[in-house]
Amino acid sequence: MTMLPEPSAIKLGLVIDLDICVGCQACVVNCKEWNTAGYGAPLADTDAYGAAPTGAWLNRVHAYEAGEGAAARTVHFPKSCLHCEEAPCVTVCPTGASYKRAEDGIVLVNEDWCIGCGLCAWSCPYGARELDPAEGVMKKCTLCVDRIYNDNLPEEDRQPACVRTCPTNARHFGDLGDPESEVSLMVAARGGMDLMPEQETRPVNKYLPPRPRRTADEAPMSLVSMAEADSPQGFWKWVDSTLERLG
Amino acid sequence: MRPAWSIIFFTTMSGLGLGLAGWIVIGLLPLMTREAVIGVGVVTLALIGAGLLSSTFHLGHPERAWRALSQWRSSWLSREGVLAVVVMAGLAGWFAAGYIGTIVPLWANLALLVLIYATVYATSMIYASLKTVARWYHPLTPACYLMFAAAGGLLATLALLAILGLPITAALAQAAIVLMLSAWGVKFAWWRVASAARQAGSIESATGLAGMGAVRPLMPPHTEENYLQHEMGFVVARKHATTLRRIAVLLGGVVPVVLLFVAPASAAALMLALLAHVAGMFVERWLFFAEAKHVVTLYYEGAA
Repeated sequence: MTMLPEPSAIKLGLVIDLDICVGCQACVVNCKEWNTAGYGAPLADTDAYGAAPTGAWLNRVHAYEAGEGAAARTVHFPKSCLHCEEAPCVTVCPTGASYKRAEDGIVLVNEDWCIGCGLCAWSCPYGARELDPAEGVMKKCTLCVDRIYNDNLPEEDRQPACVRTCPTNARHFGDLGDPESEVSLMVAARGGMDLMPEQETRPVNKYLPPRPRRTADEAPMSLVSMAEADSPQGFWKWVDSTLERLG
Repeated sequence: MRPAWSIIFFTTMSGLGLGLAGWIVIGLLPLMTREAVIGVGVVTLALIGAGLLSSTFHLGHPERAWRALSQWRSSWLSREGVLAVVVMAGLAGWFAAGYIGTIVPLWANLALLVLIYATVYATSMIYASLKTVARWYHPLTPACYLMFAAAGGLLATLALLAILGLPITAALAQAAIVLMLSAWGVKFAWWRVASAARQAGSIESATGLAGMGAVRPLMPPHTEENYLQHEMGFVVARKHATTLRRIAVLLGGVVPVVLLFVAPASAAALMLALLAHVAGMFVERWLFFAEAKHVVTLYYEGAA
């Protein structure tokens, strides 16, 4: 059913910290690894060992340079499905294959119904959907629905593969519908943002902007003063001076 | 956007067939003999049906195409499918009634006419409803589709009148000229609006990094061209856009209008006019897709 459900109380999603991401691509690789063996058809590649390999990926990391001259910074920018509340990819789907779960807001594709028309990919402003070159069905981030509810996995593994594998802790998973959740508090504290709000998709996933860089004229902390021992006071002053005399 | 041949063929041929059907159900093409009913019926339904059939060729799973009739409450693509099936069935009934000599009541003709243009409108809304493609996302897009269906359909009606040896009044030929010129007038307006309809956004706003200054792509998120670039970042046409537009206008508009003007009763001239119009519409539709840029390209090149 491609009518959007009533907004769910639980809104599972990702918070991605652009300040921390180093662009190592580990999330991209682990996403591909998990999703080629997990939910639905394998994530195919064509000409994988040839001169021009192509394939479907659910998570891609861009790198940008922002600012000018010495102030310019490199920002690594992971991009995957944002599990939008007003997901245009769901409403344009003619078959009902594309749907948003009423219980937790995850946007999924029923691969047995998908006809591979590609209209959902055209309707997504974020480029979050890619047609599988072998299976002819639309692939997208499942928020690792087959991990996060999977009782066969140890509890620490019940989070999306990209989050679990991130060596720098730049990716966080949680309930963005709960204002007291860790991810919601992080978004509130760091000014988490929506991508392309003008597209009115109301993404669940949030991005934490890079922290402002510290400027050179901030006075550094004096390390020498840290090394100076405090002189003891009161009773300890007496013990100190007595021991001094005895020695 | 990548111009898939199956989609260009679908929108062009179905549009022409539906336009023709619209003029037929309001009685512009009197079908006097059973042979005429069968001939015109086959041509009309074949145009609409071939277009619909070809639209399934670009699917990953054409055998599941029937599922596309289920989501008419939210999806314009689904609505288009449902309406097209209803119109095809209605037209088949209409031609069957003509064959056995039954008079189709006026309300049924009018209902068919409304359904026919609703189908063309639904086709156009598949594209005009995409907020991600600024060139398409405005009311002139459906206006173009509707006008070209009407103008192309009237040209096809005249060609069939001439082939059937029926008289073509000067007023009808003039109406065809006026309609064709109006359709291209709307298209020219569309081109104006579309070229101004830049995507509201920039690489800075798309990445949310505007506060840090100018943003440039440093490393792509892939080693080879990916699906998104293949599908949304088609560039070949933009290079030759002006030349292709001239070809589209010449074949699709100028040639038919000139032929309608000089030889409005000649079956050969009208067939030539129709063929030129269809060829011009292929180019126009190809440009419609090829020139359109998707907002996701902001992330790739900083321009949309």
